[in-house]
Amino acid sequence: MTTQIRHHLTDDLLMAYSAGSLPEAFSLVVASHVSMCDECRARLAGFDAVGGSVMEAMEVADMSEEAFGATLALIAANEDAEPAPAPRTGLFPAPLRDWIGGDVDTIVWRGVGGGVSQAVIQTRGPETVRLLRIPGGTAVPDHGHGGTELTMVLQGAFRDETDRFAAGDVECADEDMTHTPVAEPGPDCICLAATDSRLQFTGLLPRIAGRIMGI
Amino acid sequence: MFTEPDTSIKADASLRGLPYSGLTPVRSSRPKGNLVKVAEATRPAPDWVPEMEAVRDRKDQRAFKALFGHFAPRVKAFLMKGGASADIAEDVAQEVMATLWRKAHLFDPARASVSTWVFTIARNKRIDLIRKERRPEPEDLPWGPEAEPDQDEALALQEDCERLGEALAALPEKQKDLIRRAYFGDLTHREIAEQTGLPLGTIKSRIRLALDRLRHAMG
Repeated sequence: MTTQIRHHLTDDLLMAYSAGSLPEAFSLVVASHVSMCDECRARLAGFDAVGGSVMEAMEVADMSEEAFGATLALIAANEDAEPAPAPRTGLFPAPLRDWIGGDVDTIVWRGVGGGVSQAVIQTRGPETVRLLRIPGGTAVPDHGHGGTELTMVLQGAFRDETDRFAAGDVECADEDMTHTPVAEPGPDCICLAATDSRLQFTGLLPRIAGRIMGI
Repeated sequence: MFTEPDTSIKADASLRGLPYSGLTPVRSSRPKGNLVKVAEATRPAPDWVPEMEAVRDRKDQRAFKALFGHFAPRVKAFLMKGGASADIAEDVAQEVMATLWRKAHLFDPARASVSTWVFTIARNKRIDLIRKERRPEPEDLPWGPEAEPDQDEALALQEDCERLGEALAALPEKQKDLIRRAYFGDLTHREIAEQTGLPLGTIKSRIRLALDRLRHAMG
């Protein structure tokens, strides 16, 4: 599953995710990619280790006298071991499946034109994250970005002006880039795409369907 | 492995906020007979792995108290640096330590130091309880019985983490401060973009090898 991934997360995304300051929409793409990519999992562990060093080097803030007893009481009140999240069972990586509460068969797709469909995933903050479904051989309408766009392929593959992106790969496009991803012939290409401003489809569409969609 | 009588006294001292004189470090790969002598001669910083394993394997409350004495005041300070009030930081630090206990079975010394493990729990609690956001976590790769991490691997990673700490401590003050602020949650993603180039190659390679071995064991 991990060997064929060629396009990885950038250091700044991994560090922001590790530091806990990445918005939910982007965190969802990062967690999904790391679930499939041991290279980025190891890089993320390196950034987490920086956090560990920061923690270890902290000056201390005294805990109250009762703190230890109160913590034992918290443990006694709920001693259940916290389970690791259940592994992936279908198309979606576990963090995406758990966020949505289901796999691809639960998605309600809305057409955005040209045969392309999307489903916006609810997250907090001004950033957005959506699933895109592009029929094989079809182009995603031209779009510019107000900011960063992070796209992960979940199924199929697409090409754009820069390269080919297949399942597990991520493309990080900045605000200057206007690109036209084209899905390779074959099964639908399904992507998870986060943007820090709303996608602007140039020309084809007056506006994207509302943010609140039933998924 | 766990040096019980010694620990409880010193943990108590640190709970009262006295300078922590340090637990006798117990390195799992060293021969037992030499432990105290080696430790007293060189006094390396304790890595807390034996205490964490005692909590994981035996629900050892004494070991937990030692971990609490060392980490809870750091977690509290960490959360306050991120903007939490003392009261909230105190409550969340207790939640962090309770989670450390409940998630002890997932701790793997070949993939994280104890301070890294504590940091990730504290970070997640900050997101969950203070920022009231959700954090999607990557799917975990649990170690199966055939993939039990070996002790040398774990020791090597602990040493890598120690060296990373030293490398970070040696950075110029300004850069160190930026990194600290990034991990306190003070910097946005865009501000973090300039903070790459940290010396993480060794740890990354070490963990990558451990993951490769795990994948192999899982078939």
